[in-house]
Amino acid sequence: MPRRDDIRKILLIGSGPIVIGQACEFDYSGTQGAKALREEGYEVILVNSNPATIMTDPQFAERTYVEPLIPEVVERILEREQPDALLPTLGGQTALNLALELHRRGVLERLGVELIGAKVEAIRKAEERELFKSAMEKIGLESARAHTVRTMEEAWAAVEDIGYPVILRPSLTMGGSGGGVANDRDEFDRAIRWAFNQSPVHECLVEESLLGWKEYELEVIRDKADNFAVICTIENFDPMGVHTGDSVTVAPAMTLTDREYQRMRDAGRKIITEIGVDTGGSNIQFAVDPETGRLIVIEMNPRVSRSSALASKATGYPIAKVAAKLAVGYTLDELRNDITGTSSAFEPTIDYVVTKWPRFAFEKFRGSDPRLTTQMKSVGEAMAIGKTFKESVQKAARSLEVGRDGLVSLLEKIDYRELRDQVRRLAKDPSAGLHLMPLTEPLEVSRAELQEAILEVVKTPLSDRLWYICDGLRVGLSIEQLQEATGVDSWFLDQLEQIVSEEEVIRGAETLEAAQLDRWKRMGFSDARIAQLRGAEVEEVRRARSEEKVEPIYARVDTCAAEFAALTPYLYSTWGERSESEPTGRKKVMILGGGPNRIGQGIEFDYCCVHAAFAMKELGYESIMVNCTPETVSTDYDTSDRLYFEPLTFEDVMAIVREENPDGVIVQFGGQTPLKLAVPLAKAGVPILGTSADAIDRAEDRERFDAILEKLGLSRPQGGIAKGMSDAIEVAERIGYPVVVRPSYVLGGRAMEIVYTREELEQYMAKALEAVEDADTQTILVDEFLKDAAEVDVDAISDGKRVVIGGVMQHIEEAGVHSGDSSMVLPAHALPPEVQGAIRSSTRALALELGVVGLMNVQFAVKGSRVYVIEVNPRASRTVPFIGKATGLPLANIAAKVMAGKTLEELGVTREVVPRHVAVKESVFPFHKFPGVDTILGPEMRSTGEVMGVGADFPEAFLKALWSASYDLPREGRVFLSVRDDDKQAACELGYRLRDMGFELLATRGTKEALARNGVEAEVVNKVLEGSPHIVDRLQAGDVVMVINTTEGAKAIQDSRSLRRETLMSGIPYFTTIGAATAAVAAVERMREPELEVCSLQEYHARTR
Amino acid sequence: MTRAHLVLADGTHFEGIAIGAEGETVGEVVFTTGMTGYQEVLTDPSYCGQIVTMTAPQMGNTGVNDEDPEAEAPAVAGFVVHELARRASNWRMTETLEAYLARHGIVAIAGIDTRALTRHIRDHGAQMAAIGTGELEALKEKARTAPPMTGRDLTGEVTAKAPYEWTEGTGRWGEEPAKEKRFRVVAYDLGIKRNILRCLVDAGCEVTVVPSSTSAEDILAREPDGVFLSNGPGDPAAVGHAIETVKGLVGKKPLFGICLGHQLLSLALGASTYKLKFGHRGLNQPVKDLATGRIEITTQNHGFAVDPKSLPDAAELTHVHLNDNTCMGIAAPSLDAFSVQYHPEAAAGPHDSRYLFERFTDAMEKRG
Repeated sequence: MPRRDDIRKILLIGSGPIVIGQACEFDYSGTQGAKALREEGYEVILVNSNPATIMTDPQFAERTYVEPLIPEVVERILEREQPDALLPTLGGQTALNLALELHRRGVLERLGVELIGAKVEAIRKAEERELFKSAMEKIGLESARAHTVRTMEEAWAAVEDIGYPVILRPSLTMGGSGGGVANDRDEFDRAIRWAFNQSPVHECLVEESLLGWKEYELEVIRDKADNFAVICTIENFDPMGVHTGDSVTVAPAMTLTDREYQRMRDAGRKIITEIGVDTGGSNIQFAVDPETGRLIVIEMNPRVSRSSALASKATGYPIAKVAAKLAVGYTLDELRNDITGTSSAFEPTIDYVVTKWPRFAFEKFRGSDPRLTTQMKSVGEAMAIGKTFKESVQKAARSLEVGRDGLVSLLEKIDYRELRDQVRRLAKDPSAGLHLMPLTEPLEVSRAELQEAILEVVKTPLSDRLWYICDGLRVGLSIEQLQEATGVDSWFLDQLEQIVSEEEVIRGAETLEAAQLDRWKRMGFSDARIAQLRGAEVEEVRRARSEEKVEPIYARVDTCAAEFAALTPYLYSTWGERSESEPTGRKKVMILGGGPNRIGQGIEFDYCCVHAAFAMKELGYESIMVNCTPETVSTDYDTSDRLYFEPLTFEDVMAIVREENPDGVIVQFGGQTPLKLAVPLAKAGVPILGTSADAIDRAEDRERFDAILEKLGLSRPQGGIAKGMSDAIEVAERIGYPVVVRPSYVLGGRAMEIVYTREELEQYMAKALEAVEDADTQTILVDEFLKDAAEVDVDAISDGKRVVIGGVMQHIEEAGVHSGDSSMVLPAHALPPEVQGAIRSSTRALALELGVVGLMNVQFAVKGSRVYVIEVNPRASRTVPFIGKATGLPLANIAAKVMAGKTLEELGVTREVVPRHVAVKESVFPFHKFPGVDTILGPEMRSTGEVMGVGADFPEAFLKALWSASYDLPREGRVFLSVRDDDKQAACELGYRLRDMGFELLATRGTKEALARNGVEAEVVNKVLEGSPHIVDRLQAGDVVMVINTTEGAKAIQDSRSLRRETLMSGIPYFTTIGAATAAVAAVERMREPELEVCSLQEYHARTR
Repeated sequence: MTRAHLVLADGTHFEGIAIGAEGETVGEVVFTTGMTGYQEVLTDPSYCGQIVTMTAPQMGNTGVNDEDPEAEAPAVAGFVVHELARRASNWRMTETLEAYLARHGIVAIAGIDTRALTRHIRDHGAQMAAIGTGELEALKEKARTAPPMTGRDLTGEVTAKAPYEWTEGTGRWGEEPAKEKRFRVVAYDLGIKRNILRCLVDAGCEVTVVPSSTSAEDILAREPDGVFLSNGPGDPAAVGHAIETVKGLVGKKPLFGICLGHQLLSLALGASTYKLKFGHRGLNQPVKDLATGRIEITTQNHGFAVDPKSLPDAAELTHVHLNDNTCMGIAAPSLDAFSVQYHPEAAAGPHDSRYLFERFTDAMEKRG
């Protein structure tokens, strides 16, 4: 049966901002889906609030709405577009929940929109715990004992029946949000309240704990003719108890016999059939008792998921694309496998091992609980492909890019006894965190003591546990002991033991001979690791390998274990006899991606890399992508001409360069990861396209950069470079407090802080050096803090002769908030023309002086009419996709072409595009995943994603941005105001406007007095320190609908912490800068006016042109 | 660690490490792409005379157990893996794979680039090969001079020595079995897999297994409700006596054939068979049932196929392979006979095609 002809126009819903549990994988699936549907001739309408996605690029849909993903707004879009169908299964939990809500409100029925991909009944059956459980019973499958509860009474009764420990799984949340494990009454009391709060339907499953059982996932697909296939099996290295998104996982399943696997497959088929997913993919999770093989169904997602992205990359089978085609009526046998040209109705088989390793960011969230539980906490993931688990896990370890060249030992870096004590402390105080000071000298500690400490540490799942396990093996713990402590299958432990015991051989080998080198490389040891073990230079190992001709081969990911010839060059390195890379003789450009997502380096950079690939294709070059994260569009096999799924280390990249011999390499688009390779690659003779490595260095090296500013007559805040404590104090006191301090060469403001006193500076220095890998050589930048200055970000493109401004974006928050965390408005909403002029001319001068060829980002601070240059980055920035969506100018694409030698004039890009509408970028934070963390914004970046609001004016755009970021703005009620002295003036103005709209005001004493002096009435409430009844009591009582609270200085910030925590817990909108508060009040005013219009990017762009 | 070689008849050779039993072996080198079920592969009698390459790189992870063998002992001529597990882990495990190979005298090789070997077989076809630790040239000669698979009848090596009754079903690994045993079935054994017998039992059959030397008359003398024609090794066209036996059964009793049994039924009906370049071996082979349009993911293990163009009028094509459109099943409704090229009992492999056993009992029921 071919595609359906009774539908013509389809609305596709994206997943919104990148948050923990829902990340780039849905850009990948949405982009694939949109492409697949258009290929079939359907008109695609797309809605997603996330401007950093590829799917929201105007060429992927007929009309693209970057609008809030809330029912009211999507309803307006449906009314305006009148589509025949809505496809909600490619946009994660967000899209699924939204579709359910639209159905519940009767909108779909009223407008005659059919839900395709999954029926409402199927979604409910899969998502609602009770329905799911009874469905499983009906088909004779076991699920864990559990009770669904909606009240505290029910909750206590449930835990009484099941007994501790219990697992909490709130209904309809994603990434296990709000879930957890409770071992006793206290923990349960805390956990169940949080779970209720997080569930949109105030419902939670209290479930029997299967801690320590083996955990598996099946990625399955089914069509309307009841054809079914398992695309991929995934086995978790970490047993049950750790969210699968936080587990190290392996594909295919490694420790199942066929009988056991087929039983799971049969269960999978029964489940997807009973739930009723009849046109698409699903993810099903199972637990297996390692002692008896008893099989338990954990849960099922009736949609494309994070694991389907992993499964697609791991096997080469494009699940989202196929799911989209099934949704419009095709059956599996009518579709072709792109890779082999054979049928899509089959089950991929692979002849390699894939390891996925999550990446965490606990260092950015002081006060968060670093223990891994059923609620996902990781922010990104690396994937590696190797012939064996040993090779694959070591490649994954270095793909993670945490400064470790594989499964290195931490024995010389940390004191495991200290770690054990800290882990013990966590059990009593989860917010205590882990703060390990790196060892400065070797420890005097007995082997037995170490064994004991490590054995205790590994019982608690922590992000670095796999490394700790290896250290356990190094100090002589047995596989049995470690299995007992961790629940990790002994097969995996034995594989690790093989790696660890080989280290001794590497250490002891007298010479580097071919056979040995080959053996070590097959086990995944990097040159750097071999050198480290031998106390040698990397270059020595490299040379030996070259002389002995021990070089990697490249094999294809082909879905079929070589049964058929692969038509697509999707490659990974391994060690063997015959390479299949078959490089072409075409002109080619290699693009280095950004590796695993992390805070500060996320989807925006992947967007840029994807554009570079498209641009190279458009210019007739062969595009070659190198990257190692399974989540993104860049690692889709049909984004570039050739894809190398490889770690982004010097060794791995150089090997590909040797294989492909590219005409140029782009390192400026993937963030800091590839940029760090610029100098070594250039030294090795690799042709780097665009801005030279030297220019990058001139922008990053403090002294060289100061010289440029001086030459151009530009000013910057005063500052200096410090090495060590006394140096830093000297600089700070010369400038005067407050000062901004940060280690040089970091992205995302890691470890950046504003310090107000000498004491704070001393504390900072002690702490900052803990967070950096190479503490001894790390220099600290100390700068004047421009209080209350407005910050501005500019992105520009230069071809070396001409500079075109991409956009001038004004931050809504004042200086002091990291640019990645602040909201921004384009065009700048409150800068005098002469200031804007100065900013533009400074940008041009800087680009030409540096000799930028490609993209450049400059950050300015504006105080009064004075303009300061904060920093210059001659590379792609986080704001490039936002500008692309706001103005219609695809900066990354143009820049890539410029880097390949085109001039801006040739490309017809000679003028800045200033939109007539207003676009606001707002950041999204993962604080809900880290309940113990302070939510105040500062110079260290902590947002995971962004949304964009577009409107006719600033309040409308900001309102949409806030809605997109899940702010529930009030229409009436009581607003709490408490501001620092500098903000009192502005607060009075806000107070007046709020009163005018009918809000009541609640204020702390100082603020109340300021308001009173200006004739604004407010009720006084105590600060927390002043005793009950205080503001937190009022928040808990549900008396407050919005919070405006600005503070400065470490002490005041500490004092108001419980206030911010409570607003987070109760989901009350809160603003911690006066800039954001002012914008928010304008948004609330706008909300009271007539309904908001929705409009597509294509229409906005046409108007701008 | 002893060095070993795998040498192909065309002279291609791979160096690896000797595992399993000591000695040398010669056989047709083929590959199978299943990621699970190495123990079932080793014990599948259809692999008799073949050196089997596993494309999945890490083998032996779950060891071996008493439940999963498909026959009393392994039947493969040799075994090729990328890496053998040093330690195995599974709740049912009784022995490591390495010990098992050694105990059963299976010569095997590890540490070779199995993907390169697979690609070679794919591009140049399945061919004779030898594994051994001795002189490379001598091995090469053995591989070159070994008789090819075409024209070989290997059923004698794997068939039952004498008739026996089979009563075990799939038990805890299967669906709810039929309550009463309503049909008497004779299984004509050319190297039958145990799971076929178990599936017949589940379907409500009392099963008697008879050796391949049994004549049609002797089979009919047992007064069965139906006769099952089993899988087995080698070239179907070379198993003349079995073709004669099947000819003598056609039309007399409902017949159901699997793999070699399917080929023999086709040959008995007057069709012809041919050798595939490298065959179909794996657990992910898509087959379409032409009557229902349904897709089955199937287990396959065959190097020969029936030419659908050669089918007589009495027979029709019922199943095709979605990748290359080869014949995957036939039926002769007027004669109550049908057969499939693939393995519906699927051990190892997916259970999508178990319905065929019911189709067999339905045929017996109707006839009954």
